[in-house]
Order: sequence, then structure tokens, then C-alpha cells
Amino acid sequence: MERSDIIIALAGNPNAGKTSLFNRLTGARQHVGNYPGVTVEKKEGVAVFQGQEFPVVDLPGTYSLTAYSLEELVARNFIIGQRPGVVVDVVDASNLERNLYLTVQLMELGVPLVICLNMMDVAAARGIRVDPARLEEMLGVPVVPCVARTGQGVDQVLERAVEVARSRPRWRPLEISYGSDIDQALARLQGILQGDQVRDGLLSSRWVALKLLEADREVMAQVDPESELGRRLLPVLENLAEHIRSTLDDDPESVIADYRYGYITGVTKKAVTVEREVRMNFSDQLDKVLTNRLFGPLFLVLVLYGIYQFVFWASQGPVVWAEWFFTWLGQAVSQVLPAGPVQSLVVSGIIDGVGGVLGFVPLIFFMFLAIAVMEDTGYMARVAYLMDRVLRAFGLHGNSVISLVVGGGISGGCAVPGVLATRTLKDPQARLATILVVPFMNCGAKLPVYGLLIAAFFADYQAEMLFILTLISWALALLAAKLLRLTILKGEQAPFVMELPPYRTPTPRGIFIHGWERTWQYIKKAGTVILAISVLMWALMSFPGLSPQEEAAWQARIQAASGPRARAELEAGKAQAELAATVAGRLGRALTVLTAPLGFDWRTNVALVGGFAAKEVILSTLGTSYSLGGSDAPDDSTLAQKLQHEPGWNPLMAFALMIFVMIYAPCFVTVSVIRKETNSWGWAGFSILYNTTIAYLLALLVYQGGRALGLG
Amino acid sequence: MADTISLRQLQPGQKALVTRITTRGELGRRLRDMGIVPGTPLVVIGRAPLKDPVEIKLRGYNLTLRNNEADNILVELLEEK
Repeated sequence: MERSDIIIALAGNPNAGKTSLFNRLTGARQHVGNYPGVTVEKKEGVAVFQGQEFPVVDLPGTYSLTAYSLEELVARNFIIGQRPGVVVDVVDASNLERNLYLTVQLMELGVPLVICLNMMDVAAARGIRVDPARLEEMLGVPVVPCVARTGQGVDQVLERAVEVARSRPRWRPLEISYGSDIDQALARLQGILQGDQVRDGLLSSRWVALKLLEADREVMAQVDPESELGRRLLPVLENLAEHIRSTLDDDPESVIADYRYGYITGVTKKAVTVEREVRMNFSDQLDKVLTNRLFGPLFLVLVLYGIYQFVFWASQGPVVWAEWFFTWLGQAVSQVLPAGPVQSLVVSGIIDGVGGVLGFVPLIFFMFLAIAVMEDTGYMARVAYLMDRVLRAFGLHGNSVISLVVGGGISGGCAVPGVLATRTLKDPQARLATILVVPFMNCGAKLPVYGLLIAAFFADYQAEMLFILTLISWALALLAAKLLRLTILKGEQAPFVMELPPYRTPTPRGIFIHGWERTWQYIKKAGTVILAISVLMWALMSFPGLSPQEEAAWQARIQAASGPRARAELEAGKAQAELAATVAGRLGRALTVLTAPLGFDWRTNVALVGGFAAKEVILSTLGTSYSLGGSDAPDDSTLAQKLQHEPGWNPLMAFALMIFVMIYAPCFVTVSVIRKETNSWGWAGFSILYNTTIAYLLALLVYQGGRALGLG
Repeated sequence: MADTISLRQLQPGQKALVTRITTRGELGRRLRDMGIVPGTPLVVIGRAPLKDPVEIKLRGYNLTLRNNEADNILVELLEEK
């Protein structure tokens, strides 16, 4: 099919239905990536019209086009730099005034525009009648009514957009009056700018003058104060701004905004009729209940618990199938390849590694589905509203609660989807703090370790102990977040000011696309890193191993064993010796210098090193290093009994170990996801160091403090 | 003319007219982007369980902001109907 060089860009407010329109226009043919160098999502797809393919770019949803936020800057720079053939501005007909604020700014820029007047059905239900023809006449921009959710009018939107783009119009910046003071200032600045090439002459001098008056960081940065233009321009600009501030008693920026809203009110007065005033619409009534002082928090707890239950219930089957498949694959390969390092690399390194990556996929997919439902129904914003006051005290954001719960806040969860769920946080500092403390939660992989230690040393208080561990993880996560926000993540909290969108019924299709595209990104990006590290971990725990002489000596002893029982014991002893001879084993021994004050011996250390691969590895490694035979997960009760009788193991040491396991370095899958989400190896490395340091200090405090009190 | 008070002082159900925004920088810009400019009528819908943040309705949609942000919005109480 012929591919057009005309790019169609979609712009619009969050919650205006931009994604619905994008999905309708492009169907399943979409690609999600990032804008170069930033973590803002870039969605691209292809729309087909009259046998021709048109690339469609979904710009980030924004309320404005200033240089304050990354999303707005990305959207603006895309329009200016890529010069799309047409921008389709999706506006919510039921919320026209605020939506038109972005429209006016797009018109000021002058890009060829088509307005998609979305949610005509919602507006009608609220007694609001918008006259598209009148709106088109007032704004001088094509206006197409539509209901993107059902697809009604979408074809016409595409038709008008292509029609506009094909005529290849010149950019025609909107010129409205911002009051005589600003207008005069604009004229002065334009006079100076005329003939000068700011941004390669792509932009109108009026737009540049307007942005200069608004003190727009990005445009200001383009003017070199040392250049000829800068020397002429900047003193005049400063004078004009000062003049406006003193005569109007306000910043030029806010005066300009007032006039934009004035222009919008003029338009809506003519194009919108409110047929009947709906004082409390359905959404407001629902809010009365769902954000009620008593019922609101109760419902929230139910929803969070429900998500957690759903995610783990739904992924249970697929996770088991995946495990079953990879075990089968490992066995099949073992039969084909001769025993030795190659077989070990393929089975224990690669197959187990890939299995590890794909084992998380069902969890992540269902978690993203649950989050998509929360976002698309509008409930996510209510969660932030309900929780903000509490979490703000610790420097976090209302939405952080989702990540903490998914990460294991109710015990059993996974930090990987927890970290990924922070994408809903708009405050970058609070987001980073959340990412760094989510691994403190008691994920599903830590539970078997607790299970073993509790069974061995706290058998009479099993449920109480688990509950205490849950409380400790919350307390530590909140305090660690506060510590971060008081030190390296210091800084003003970003404004909370947030829209509470009306409750809506989500479409299954939209939710599925949402969930799947994010899951796919995880598989692609995290997958490669995880595979590499899992091979590395395998090498650490396999090499150099026993020397040929030692190997032969063990074999001889096993051959000479008197019965099956003695033979099994000798085989277990050999496995222990093999582990001790590896890099991990040596590391475990070297680390005893540090861990002796915590009561951990070298065998515990090896298990903790192995736990960096995945926390459940701690259990199987403990089994091997305490010579229970083979590296298969041992029977809990046997290992528990064994540990009870080991010298050095007691309830105090077990408790210190549980605290250490709770807090220390996240598993490498989580680390690689942190690296991807923060776009920095620095933060990924920091999370390993920060968490391990806190874990060490706390375990030290527990163990030494306990001994001082005579508990050990 | 009615007394000027801050948005924080309004009770749920009260209607008011924005008279002035007393903050600059990012918060000021964000408030303008969301349609809070002098002359805008708004009504307080309610407050979160711990009395903060506050939910308001303006220009036909619902918005939430923290009390310390609401301090920067001066309003004039409109007569109750």
C-alpha cells in the first residue's frame, strides 16, 4: 500500500479520549517507544484512508503547551520540529472551556489543525448542546463531532484531517488581542525580531514574542544574551515586562492566560447552549459515596485487596504452565546435550534465565490490566485524592499506594509490576522515591523464605509473625522514602492540582491494548538485560568448582558408599563442597568479615548472594549449602529441622535474617526494571547500595541489640 | 462587595468567584492551565477523609488540589440560592 509522507499528530487534554481515537484510527497497528532521551511514551501507528497509509503520532496528553512539563515540551517540540501535515486536536465537548485552552495555544502556533469534538454523547446527556458548525465558524478551524469510544464520526475526522493536510496549507498563527499593554509590547518585540532567525525561521515572530513575554524557558534559551539580537532584545523585554507588572499588577504570563480564556468564553457563549443545568450528575453522586469519609477508605481497601487477589489468582495458572514448560524444556535439553559445562550453561543459565523473565509476564500483564481498568474508569485519580494526605507526609504521592500494594504491601506481590506501576505518578521526585522503596515490600518470593524461618523458629506465632513483618515493611518503606526526600531527593513537591475525570465504563479493547503494550515493552527491554545477568549469576555459582582431583576423590567415596543412605549423604556433601569452591562460595566466605556481627555464616551469605538472582533462590541455596542434597528445593520441614539444630541459628538470628532479606538489594529483575524506568544505571546501582546498607544496619541493630538484651 | 477569602476557607457546597491568584511560577501556571483565572465561578464539592485535599467543580469539570495550594486562590463568596 502506498505510504503518505503526511504525518497526522493527535493532541489533546488527558481524559479527552485521545487514546480512544488513536486506537480507532490505527487499530492494532501501533508501536510504543520513548521520545529520544526521555521517558515520555511515544505512540505511533498507521491509519488507512482511501488506500493510502498515513503515519499517526499520539502526542502526550497535556493541558497546555508551555515549557514547564516534559510532556508539554515533547508535544510542542514534535509539532515545531517534525512539522506534521495536520494536528488533530481532541477536545471533550462536555468540558469545552478548559479543553479549548490547549486549542488556542495550538492555533497561536499556527499549525494546520482539525478539531475532533469528542464525547458528544456525554455532553448531550449532561444537557450541553455544542453546535459544531458555529464553533467552526467562530474558530476558523474545521470541527468534526464524534464519539471516539463507539467509533461514531471517526471516519469523518480522518477525512477532514487528510483533506486539510493534502492542501498543504501555510502555518497561520492565530492573532488575538491580549489587551493594549501586551499588544503594544508584542509589536515592539516583533519589530526587533523581524528578519532575525530564531529557530531557523520556522516560527512566526509574534509567537516567539509571545513566548518571550511569557518568560518561556525553552524560547528564552534560544536567545544568546551575548549575540547582537540578545543585546537589542533582552533589555527591551525586561522593560516591557516590568511595565506590565507595574501597570496591571500581574505577570504578563497570567494576563495573557486571562485573555485566552476571555477569547474562549466569547466562542463558547455563541457555540454552546446549556439546555438544562445538571447540578449533580451521575459521576458526582457516585463520588459522594466513593470518596465519603467512612465508606471511601473502606472501598479503597477492598479495591486494593481485590486487585492483588485478581492479579495473583489470574496469573497462577499461566505462571505454573510457564514453569512446567521450562522445566520440561530443561529436561529435554539435558537428554540431548552431554552432561558438562555446556549443558549446565544452556539449562541452568539460559533456559532458567529466560524462564525467569517469562515467568513474570502473566503477573505483569494482569497487573497492567487492573491498572488500566482503574485509570480508564477514573478511579485512579480518586485513589490519589483519598491517600494523598497520608503519603504526602512521607514525601510520596497519593498514587504511590498502588505501587506499594502491588509490590507486596499486603504480603505476596511483586516489585517488578510495582515499579512499573509508578508510571501513573506525575511528580518525578515522588516517583523516584516510590521506585526505590517498592522493593521493601514483602513480595511473593520472600514469603517462602519467611515461611521456612518462621516454621523453624517461631512455630507458635506463625500468623502474628507474618503480620509483624508486613507492618515493619510498610514502616520502613515510608521512613526510607522520607529519608530520601529529606536528602538526595530534596525539593519542592510538584503541584498536586489534578483533574478528577468523570467515572466512565472502560472498553475491553482499550484496556487490553493498554495492558498488552506495556507488557510487551517489559519483555523486549528488560528481557535482554535479565538474560545476560542470569547467565552471569549462573557462572558465579558454578565456577571454578572442584578441581579434577577433588572431583575424583568425591566420586570414589560415593562409589564406595555402603548403602543408599550413606550415598545420599555423600552426594549432598559433594554438592556443598562444589558450591563452596565457586566464586559465590568464596564471596560468601569473604563476606563473613562483614556478616559475623549479624550472626550470618558463609553458607547464609552464599544463599543471600544467590538471592540477588531471585529471592526464592535463597531457599534452594540454603538447602545446598547446608548439604541437604541436590539443588532442588528441599522439603521445608527437613531444612527447618536442620537449621534449628545448627550452631549459631536461633530465633534472634532468624529474625535479623528475615529483616535483612526484606530490605536488601532488590532481585536483578527489579534492578533492571528500575534502570529502565529511571533511564539510569546510576539509580539502579543506588537501589542496590541504599537497600543493602539499610538492611545491614537494621539487621545489625536487631542482632546486637537483641544480644545485649539477652535474647540471643 | 463581599469579603475576599481564600479557597481553603470555603465549606462544601459553597459557591464563589475567583478574584485573584497570589502565586507565580509552576503552581500559578498549572492553576491557569486548569482554568482557574479571575472571574471563574466555582463550587466546593468536598474534602478527602483527612480534610485535605479539596475537590472543586469549575467550568463543568472536577478538580482537586491541596489546601496549601488553595491558599493561593482568593475568592469572593457568592450568595447562596
